[in-house]
Amino acid sequence: MYQFVTGPLLWLSFAIFFIGCIVRIICYIRGLDWQADRVAYTTHFSYGIKGAIRSIAFWLFPFGTRSWRNNPVFTVVFFVFHIGLLVTPVFLLAHNIILKERWGFSLWTIPESVADVLAVGVIIAAVFLILRRIALSEVRILTTTYDFLVLAIAVAPFVTGFIAHHIASDYKFWVIVHVICGEIMLIAIPFTKLSHFVLFFMSRAQLGMDYGIKRGGMKGKGFAW
Amino acid sequence: MPEGILCNKKTIDTKEQLDAILADASGNQYYEEMNHLDIDKVALWTTIRKTFKSRFKTWLEICAHCGLCAESCYYYLANNRDPKQVPSYKIKTTLGELIRRKGDVSNAFMQMCMDTAFAKCSCCTRCGVYCPFGIDMGIMFSYLRGLLFSQGFTPWEMKIGSGMHRIYRAQMDVTTEDWVETCEWMEEEWEDDYPGLKIPIDKENADIMYTLNAREPKHYPQDIAEAAVLFHLAGENWTAPSEGWEATSLTMFAGDWPACKMQVENVYAAMKRLKPKRVVGTECGHAYRATVIEGPYWAGIKTGQPPVENLHYVEWVAEVLRTGKLKIDPAKKIKEPVTFQDSCNYVRNAGLADIPREIMSYIAEDFREMKPNREHNFCCGGGGGLNGIGRYREERNIGFKVKRDQILATGAKLVVSPCHNCWDAIRDMEEIYHMGIKWTFLKPLLIDMVEVPEHLKPKEE
Repeated sequence: MYQFVTGPLLWLSFAIFFIGCIVRIICYIRGLDWQADRVAYTTHFSYGIKGAIRSIAFWLFPFGTRSWRNNPVFTVVFFVFHIGLLVTPVFLLAHNIILKERWGFSLWTIPESVADVLAVGVIIAAVFLILRRIALSEVRILTTTYDFLVLAIAVAPFVTGFIAHHIASDYKFWVIVHVICGEIMLIAIPFTKLSHFVLFFMSRAQLGMDYGIKRGGMKGKGFAW
Repeated sequence: MPEGILCNKKTIDTKEQLDAILADASGNQYYEEMNHLDIDKVALWTTIRKTFKSRFKTWLEICAHCGLCAESCYYYLANNRDPKQVPSYKIKTTLGELIRRKGDVSNAFMQMCMDTAFAKCSCCTRCGVYCPFGIDMGIMFSYLRGLLFSQGFTPWEMKIGSGMHRIYRAQMDVTTEDWVETCEWMEEEWEDDYPGLKIPIDKENADIMYTLNAREPKHYPQDIAEAAVLFHLAGENWTAPSEGWEATSLTMFAGDWPACKMQVENVYAAMKRLKPKRVVGTECGHAYRATVIEGPYWAGIKTGQPPVENLHYVEWVAEVLRTGKLKIDPAKKIKEPVTFQDSCNYVRNAGLADIPREIMSYIAEDFREMKPNREHNFCCGGGGGLNGIGRYREERNIGFKVKRDQILATGAKLVVSPCHNCWDAIRDMEEIYHMGIKWTFLKPLLIDMVEVPEHLKPKEE
């Protein structure tokens, strides 16, 4: 079982994940329409790229935008969540050992204590996000079961990984559950709201091009995100 | 009754149609007929399939329901943080639902969409600035307005506005003759005070072609005279076209896409005919947005640029004050605290935030910024056509509270507002909330403040 989920199933999950993400990006770009969107994407490409980079970059930094600064607590939680979500799985020692075994290469790794802090950060942040969804009326009205499901898909690998490593007596069982959860997440990314893994960059780039080309970017000094 | 006599899917293209709908006071019959209007679901879904592309699709799909857009919306703030005013909720329950049901919706649903798209969103696009994904719900509501218009669900005044543009190529029934006569009249009225004052019509190859808002010839002809005086004092070689002078577009607010194109092409034709070096548009936010920012796309111009370089009035004012073509009498600078209303249409949506600050530095001694300001400023509360729609008066007046408090917090007694919509909104705000403020365009302020060169002064008898 362990061999299967960390072998063929892992291959399949990664294939779906990578191909799915690429397809999402291609579909997004192909569906842009300079006249309907009213943005001269290609004619003023250099202004567009400048706007796109600004639009992405400011949002990638905590407190980089007005919206982040207006919501400091949320911003901290948001970044703890997303940084942990991205950094932990990629640079975890255990993952890189498997990577070396299976594909013959590995990446730079983070100390296990750091990984633990990041993972716990993700879990605590997720609890905060759930409570926020319930507590704030402006978030509650938007929230659907699907939002909780997506959050669960994203956090499950962390919870199960943490249990396997630190809590469970039955390591073998929990590690298999953990791997399956990770694979569910990988597969879910292209097909659910988790597609914002790539579409965040597409959508931000699009609005950045809009502001960079049409809404003042060619006259002003760039939008003050 | 599938189609009403006044409320229907047909556009208004003749004077008879226009007179009929105008005769229906306050749109009583119009809205009654709307209750029975059928929806052409096939046509609606076909339009959606052709126009609902990756940008909108992605926006609706990836919205994380985080609620960060809530506080960006002045309706949310003005309505005691009513969750039903959260932008994401508003678009999800209207456009989102319309897409989910593949256009299979009821009359009541369409009316709810109309009420939301006009009375809960002025398309100020501020929410898009606060969304981590850059989901611009103002743009989506503009799109929704277009879908609604195609099915006959648009406020009475918007239907009239669209008809006006289709018939007169102006938002009001101002004919070419009316317009030219108004110019002649203003020239005569004002030339005693400003000898040599001319409003040159249809002069080719001028340095500046002036475009404006139909309400100026219709209701505020002195605004045209003031523009002429300032061009005259600045020594500009300018002209105004007899056709294609109207730069606004109620069709943009209404969502009458084909008429957006007709309207803007009329202005572009004037630019091509008269070949001015530059075009200067009046103190109007949406005229600039329609003609300069969105217009090229409606007209299918791939560069996204109008045929000739266009300036908003504030850009021209900043330029002539900067270069000294117009000089302010230092003694006449504004002494009292004064603030500036950033128009969404040419500040957030066209990048002109620095220009008004430059102007204020020349003309005001105690300039006070609203908070927030520049690209982050709140809509006046009357944008997106809302000022003109009787059905949503109450919603608009509640929405005013945010701008009211912003203005009051500055302590300023005067609001400079180079945008017709903002100007109207602030006037109505004062009427309703008695804030004890004054409001003004730039033109009358400047007329009182500029030094008139000796050779342009009236000769003493």
